[in-house]
Amino acid sequence: MKLAYYPGCSGHGTGRELDESTRDLCDRLGIELQELDDWNCCGASSAHSIDEGLGVALAARNLAIADKTGLDVMTPCSACFARLAGARKHVLEHGAPEGVEDVTGQSKVFHVLDLFGNEEFVEHFHGKVQKPLAGLTLACYYGCLTNRPPEVTGKDNPENPREMETLLEAAGAETVDWPLKTVCCGGSLTLSRDEIVGQLCGNLFDMARQAGAQALVTGCPMCFMNLDRQWGAANEQGIEALPVLYFTELMLYAIDPSRGRSLFKHHLSDPTQLFSERGLP
Amino acid sequence: MSDTNEYRNEEGGGAIHPTSGLAREAEEATGINAMSCYQCGKCSAGCPLFGITDLIPHDLMRCIQLGLEDRVLRSRHIWLCVGCETCNTRCPNQIDIPRLMDYMRKRAMEKGVEAAEPGISAFHNSFLKTVKHNGRLSELGMMRDYKMKTGEYFKDFKLGMALFKRGKIKLFSRKAGRRDVRAIFERRGK
Repeated sequence: MKLAYYPGCSGHGTGRELDESTRDLCDRLGIELQELDDWNCCGASSAHSIDEGLGVALAARNLAIADKTGLDVMTPCSACFARLAGARKHVLEHGAPEGVEDVTGQSKVFHVLDLFGNEEFVEHFHGKVQKPLAGLTLACYYGCLTNRPPEVTGKDNPENPREMETLLEAAGAETVDWPLKTVCCGGSLTLSRDEIVGQLCGNLFDMARQAGAQALVTGCPMCFMNLDRQWGAANEQGIEALPVLYFTELMLYAIDPSRGRSLFKHHLSDPTQLFSERGLP
Repeated sequence: MSDTNEYRNEEGGGAIHPTSGLAREAEEATGINAMSCYQCGKCSAGCPLFGITDLIPHDLMRCIQLGLEDRVLRSRHIWLCVGCETCNTRCPNQIDIPRLMDYMRKRAMEKGVEAAEPGISAFHNSFLKTVKHNGRLSELGMMRDYKMKTGEYFKDFKLGMALFKRGKIKLFSRKAGRRDVRAIFERRGK
């Protein structure tokens, strides 16, 4: 299987663990990725906030590049996924935006969770697990844009997605049922309104802990950034925050613990104590 | 069918369309009919900013219906809304409220209305400035520009250093597609 790959700007910066673990997993699981040549920022989160047409055109330029490869395009970033899938819907319904006349919308857009959450793939992954994540109890946090709005994402169950739970259970972990798995973390308010992000992330930590989770797991670089940062602030305020991990890091860990663990050094929150207490190397 | 769609009116909430004022202009620009809101409040019940923002979504919809333009454009909500898409996912009349927020934000800027949340407006402008220049987002460049605009030079210094030490913030970001991206911005008058 071969796919065009759009890492997104955060994949080269604050979301590097998600990008690196996604590439590595695809490599180990027989999916060939071809990074889009000369891709640009999709505009998330600011372009559409200031000018909807600018947001569509920026994302559409990447779709035009994907069209030329003849491949469908996959991204690990939730926000990029929402912008690319939204722009594709726009192109199919209203035609190409001005300035990006060569886009056809022929390449479909997937989020990494769409790809890995597929039933056949879960079985394939399960067969590769070397070190089951036994003893870990996790709260899967999806955030907003991998699921909503369903007209763009094509999801059947946007209020209660289950792909991450299925994958992590296949990796040997336990998952909890909890009510905030698709409730917003505050998104792009990180720099401008960090106290709101703190309040929303505080609710997430609190509820996940009450549900019995030992760590929060996400697939979105913006959610990760907000939660990982608030981990420090919550600890300072005496709230016992949970370590934050990408689901792709945990999948990689289950296949190759030392490789999975090598990504933890980029985190602000520290999962090492949690892992060693459960006898995970 | 999705679990949120079963109560939706597929006709889009009936045939009443606004004939004048803010709601009419919003519909002309976006195709979204604000009059189809019947104030059920489902959007506000799920809004993550409930208790934080000044106008919760169904209040804001009512203001649009009543043509209270000043109240809408001067609200903090049009800036605080991050587009989590919960309201439109749950709306029984399929009203795309986040797209209406995008429109109201744009309208406020075009009319020269001062943003009720200047920091958020500054963030978007700093973000887009680096994208226009580099073709991609430079996280460091964006932060630097944002700090210059807001004067909050040291507020996130500790965080910035922690991220830099962990190899997450690069001094030099990669650039791509600069000519095309600049042309896209210029075509949109940005």
